Amino acid sequence: MISFRLNGQPQQVDVPGDTPVLWVLRDTLGMTGTKFGCGVAVCGACTVHVDGEQRRACVTPIESVAGQQITTIEAIGGDRVGQAVQEAWIKHDVVQCGYCQSGQIMAAVALLRHRPQPSDADIDAAMSANLCRCGTYVRIHAAVKDAARSLA
Amino acid sequence: MGITVDSPRRRGLLKAGAALTLSFTLPLATTRAALAQAASPAASNTFAPNAWLRITPDGKVTVVCGSAEMGQGVLTAIPMMVAEELDADWTLVSVEQAPANTAYNNPMFGMQATGGSTTVRAHWTPVRQAGAAARQMLVAAAAQQWGVDAASLRTERGQVIGPNGRKLGYGALVEAAARQPVPEKPVLKDRKDFRIMGKPTRRLDSAAKIDGSAKFGIDAHVDGMLVAVMARAPIAGSKPKAFDENKAKAIKGVRKVIAIPSGVAVLADGYWAAKQGRDALGIEWDLGVHADLSTDKVSTTLDEGLQNASAIAREAGNVKDGSANSARSLSAQYDVPYLAHACMEPLNCLAWVRGDEVTIWAGTQSQGPAQGILSQVAQVTPAKVKVNTLLLGGGFGRRFAPDFTIDATLLSKLSGSPVKLIYTREDDMAAGYYRPVSRVRFEAGLDDKGQPLMLRAEVASPSIMAASGFMKIPDNGVDAMAVEGLADHPYEIPHQRVAYGRAEPGPQVWFWRSVGHSQNAFFIESFIDELAHAAKADPLKYRLALLEKHPRARGVLLLAAEKAGWSRPLPKGRHRGIAVAESFGTWVAEVAEVSVGKDGAIKVHRVTAAVDCGQTVNPQTIARQIEGAVVYGLSAALYGRITFKEGKVEQSNFHDYPVLRLNEMPKVDVHIVQSNEAPGGIGEPGTPPIAPAVANAIFAATGKRLRQLPFDGEALKRA
Repeated sequence: MISFRLNGQPQQVDVPGDTPVLWVLRDTLGMTGTKFGCGVAVCGACTVHVDGEQRRACVTPIESVAGQQITTIEAIGGDRVGQAVQEAWIKHDVVQCGYCQSGQIMAAVALLRHRPQPSDADIDAAMSANLCRCGTYVRIHAAVKDAARSLA
Repeated sequence: MGITVDSPRRRGLLKAGAALTLSFTLPLATTRAALAQAASPAASNTFAPNAWLRITPDGKVTVVCGSAEMGQGVLTAIPMMVAEELDADWTLVSVEQAPANTAYNNPMFGMQATGGSTTVRAHWTPVRQAGAAARQMLVAAAAQQWGVDAASLRTERGQVIGPNGRKLGYGALVEAAARQPVPEKPVLKDRKDFRIMGKPTRRLDSAAKIDGSAKFGIDAHVDGMLVAVMARAPIAGSKPKAFDENKAKAIKGVRKVIAIPSGVAVLADGYWAAKQGRDALGIEWDLGVHADLSTDKVSTTLDEGLQNASAIAREAGNVKDGSANSARSLSAQYDVPYLAHACMEPLNCLAWVRGDEVTIWAGTQSQGPAQGILSQVAQVTPAKVKVNTLLLGGGFGRRFAPDFTIDATLLSKLSGSPVKLIYTREDDMAAGYYRPVSRVRFEAGLDDKGQPLMLRAEVASPSIMAASGFMKIPDNGVDAMAVEGLADHPYEIPHQRVAYGRAEPGPQVWFWRSVGHSQNAFFIESFIDELAHAAKADPLKYRLALLEKHPRARGVLLLAAEKAGWSRPLPKGRHRGIAVAESFGTWVAEVAEVSVGKDGAIKVHRVTAAVDCGQTVNPQTIARQIEGAVVYGLSAALYGRITFKEGKVEQSNFHDYPVLRLNEMPKVDVHIVQSNEAPGGIGEPGTPPIAPAVANAIFAATGKRLRQLPFDGEALKRA
């Protein structure tokens, strides 16, 4: 049994310790908001927060986060920054297919926690680790800026 | 496996593009007949006059969308079209995805399928008629209730409005409306009365896509399902030579190992166990006839295709005469590689074969064809195949293919369990369906003023039509998709000849966002730029002079040029290129503003696009689709390449098949031409012009003409 906290609640799973957090969430716990994109930490679709820091769930063994707090897209709206980002995403009509957006939002929230008023260059640097094939980048950039403004 | 899909119409229809306008309508009688099966079980107090909508007593309108949502916005566009004619209160409109049912057949395809940028133009009339019919029935119900003439009533935002300010909400009328006869010929609104269509409108599917609740194919679940991961055959015709089933089964959670024609599958309790099992197979392949396939061999096959290019796709005047009368000639060869679609969501499908029934849950663009194909796979009747369409994490044509639904269905049938098959990213990319490689050889003759008298093009490329399984190369030997955009480019040149030579190096080819236009616009729009420079002419003016019979082409060129400030100087180091293309009934011109570093690094700073897609539904979607299409085309132009070595694809994931990232994103301005023309497509037409616009800007910057994609930055290095 591996114990951790998931979105504020205690959670235990009985899986091999090397199982990536992504598949514990999706297959063991049925929480499918966190997405599988590449499996090798290059696309960002699986981004979650572990103790508040963004982490690629597809390459993070569950045993490595024992005792820690995992936050996923399903709960990010319960957070002030998360809510501001989600509202900005709606206002800017960011999504297209939407598949990468869970990861984009988790990355944006992590950025704004560290840098509440990011420059354009900060946004470029932080958000370039998350791929989008629909090309929503212009809107993502604008929505992150807007979320920062609304939090100021 | 001998699976064929019977759909003779798609080929002609996809190709016909602009020629197709509003001649296809879905008779409402058909819609009505199908309603019994089509609508979800409706409560008795629900007004559901046809397959496209229902209204409940609380006034809420649910629109049922038969097209698949892959980001292109159909889950918003179809409701806007219904709601406009229904005169609905937009704030009370929601949308749901239709099951596979002939009621939702795409009138341009004759089957329920999503592709070819057709959803809006194919459903332009029938879907609005569905809304108009419902509105007329609501009005008739109110007229009856008030004892007045229906002609004295009007509607506004979900209400019927009568004399003396009397009002009845649609919700209050549902039962009475359901008893009214369905109008045979519902009357459509005049365009000037539109309140919803043509207005920038936010998507209806955003809320579920920002909190993790949206369900994509990969999120499907039924109790008792196994998750399958496959080692996919690397190339057509390959077979597993040896694999270690026991090593896979030694992984905790692995239940079964099953070999099927397309590869070897490991079925397990979850993805992680199945993936480890797949990797433990230690599979060795017999690559068959393509064991020595390499990028060099592909090139040799293309050269042979050029030598044999004798199928005539276009003939005007006499190219020999044109050549003889020319003052000078130019020739050039252009190339594009194979490309993967690389949808963010790896391909997947949940299938459950139970007795004589098949149920799938998948993000598929071919909902209708899947019924026919999977019925053959599972040997059941098509009516027994139920297709649940979930959201698509990108489609780009790839999800039109049947491979992933076939594999999942076979695995469920053979295992006796529901099976969710998920391709690894590596298998998705390296054992995939690809945009064809293509090579073109141009020759042009110019008169003494630099005007083109003659243009010859030979094209060598694999045939998507032959590969598709549902089309055939016509008797003239021309694969229409290999030459689209070339065989019908708009430039007025007296003597022209375009010829096709089929070249089949081996890899499976398929539709890729904008299909043949994706390469042919690069070819022709680069070469026309070469002619303009040879004539020492401004590339915009040179084009305009050859486009006198194409006002829509001129319109987008002039608009893009004006908005980009074509005639104004740029900051030092910045250069512009322009390109125009028609595809899927829509004209798009793009101006790219580019700089090239001393190290050869290409930076695209800004793209100004002008689009004429006829009458519009949602300008907001149009802008986003053009932005997205630019990004998709830029990824291909700057990085995209699938190459082969010893029979296998050399790329495997986003580290070696890079795509554009946010920090490389240019500013994109989209300008929409106000138009009364028939609606055109919008998902694809933004892609074709971007590669040539950038290539032409690179030439302006460096004097170097890059005739291959992706662009070779090495060639641009300066000492």
